Amino acid sequence: MKTSKFNRSTCYKIVSVIVIVIFAIAFFFPLYWIITGSFKTRAAINSTTPQWWPHEWVLDNYDKLFSKQQAPLWQFHIPFTGIEFTGPIVPGAIRWLINTVFMSVMSMILTCITAAMAGYALAKKRFVGRKLVFTLIVCAMALPKQVILIPLLREMSALNLYNTMWAVILPIVGWPFGVFLMKQFSEGIPGEMMEAAKIDGASEWKTFCTIVLPMVKPGIGALAIFTFINSWNEYFMQLIMLSSTENLTISLGIAKLQAENATDFGLIMAGASLAAIPIIVIFLIFQKYFTKGITMGAVKG
Amino acid sequence: MEKKNPMSKALVRRETLAGYSFMLPSLVFFVGFVIYPMIMCIYTGFFDSTMNREDIFIGISNYKELFQDSIFLGALKNTVIIVVVSVPVTCIFSLWVSSVIYNLTGPICSAFRVIFYLPVVTGSVAVTVVWRWMFNNYYGIFNYIGNKTGVLDRNINWLGDEKYALACIIIILLTTSVGQPIVLYVSALNNVDQSLVEAAEVDGATKFQCFWKIKWPQIMPTTLYILVITTINSFQCFALIQLLTSGGPNHSTDTIMYYIYYNAFKLYRYGYGNAMGVILAIIIAVLSALQFKMAKSE
Repeated sequence: MKTSKFNRSTCYKIVSVIVIVIFAIAFFFPLYWIITGSFKTRAAINSTTPQWWPHEWVLDNYDKLFSKQQAPLWQFHIPFTGIEFTGPIVPGAIRWLINTVFMSVMSMILTCITAAMAGYALAKKRFVGRKLVFTLIVCAMALPKQVILIPLLREMSALNLYNTMWAVILPIVGWPFGVFLMKQFSEGIPGEMMEAAKIDGASEWKTFCTIVLPMVKPGIGALAIFTFINSWNEYFMQLIMLSSTENLTISLGIAKLQAENATDFGLIMAGASLAAIPIIVIFLIFQKYFTKGITMGAVKG
Repeated sequence: MEKKNPMSKALVRRETLAGYSFMLPSLVFFVGFVIYPMIMCIYTGFFDSTMNREDIFIGISNYKELFQDSIFLGALKNTVIIVVVSVPVTCIFSLWVSSVIYNLTGPICSAFRVIFYLPVVTGSVAVTVVWRWMFNNYYGIFNYIGNKTGVLDRNINWLGDEKYALACIIIILLTTSVGQPIVLYVSALNNVDQSLVEAAEVDGATKFQCFWKIKWPQIMPTTLYILVITTINSFQCFALIQLLTSGGPNHSTDTIMYYIYYNAFKLYRYGYGNAMGVILAIIIAVLSALQFKMAKSE
């Protein structure tokens, strides 16, 4: 009796693992198809019999991608002076990639700084109105952030930020998930350490920098990678806020390629590889932090 | 706690000042780019508002129009279908996968987690364009496989056919939504109190009983969180629709989110779009509250 039960559960386990492996292959397949597709010849792509593995690896699609839509490598102007620095002309796809990196890095840095400070205050400071602020944050998180895009667009136009990266960055920084996450991490700081610093005469700011920051470092790591990946892939907001070719992000760039060359799948896959590979590599490197961020955000969610 | 340890007024003032100094940078962004637009969203819902002209106050006309707008009602129906199908499937699938992989050896478990998370990281646009290729009428692999295995006797225009388009969208949505729940469930299952499980096993409980009587209640908070985020995500499904079908064919894949986009950014009817946004937010808020209630009562 006992052995048969044991066998049945082992059996279930083995069958489940096999089915899950099949699912995993299916989940991996689109990525495989993007990457191999970007190296296939036009004939291979336009054949009704798919080549599961490219017979011939070519760079034609990348050539085409990089020969389309030129833009300066960077454009930087000093406010109120009219002085502008413009970089050398490069393929649009490179510029899109640079825009995306700039946007994601800026969102990440600003989010980490503001969220670390606010999370600490919410967790450790007993100030008037703390409950109200926290309730607002939780309620805002439960609402769909896309519904505020229409007013945001008008606000950004009024601020003269429409069609700049800042129109995408600022709302990402405002999204309160980071504050919520950092509050969870800051709650673990023992109060005695801060008391000790206070007795030693350290200022609030010094206490924050020398005691709090080192203790919430894992949290900041998690938030940084989380914000980076999310802003890289935040398509809807980019779509609404950015319009001119030189200001597109890589996601918008691919969408544009698809709109202009609907069935040139090789070209589109080359663009998709360019968008997906950097972010996947970053994800794989920082995967541990990322997992931690997701799970910490859920505790007491 | 505050009662046990009464603070002097000066201390309260100091704490408040310090608290708000630390909150300030974040509050500026939060109030400026989240709270203010939310208020404006509700406010402009009562106006006839478009580009380059003053808004005209029209009371609740936008809302009245909404409930007579058959395209909106169709979009609402499609959104409900997407949510009703994708939320339970996502939760059950991710719970099943997690329950099998969570006690495999470390690297294998994390390899599975990474693979199921890949479609999320890859980004909605890259994922969407490759699925569009796979569903293609002539060059797509689904038609090829279907014909080869004899399931199909002709090529099907998956995304261009009212019968299949919404189902295709839901399938793609599912692949991009199970990643996070799996990560959450694996970590929750690893945190289940092992001594309880062992005690139950000694008492002769079956694996099945162990799961439902001991593990399930303990991972309930995680389930609740997953329900809430999956519901929100399914309601917000946008990139897929915009890039694959633009709501077509014949509005069969319109969702509220896409219809908001269409009205606000194609027809420039900001007020009408905002009114829809308010309705969507109310629906999500009510659903989240219900899910919390249900979880509490269990």
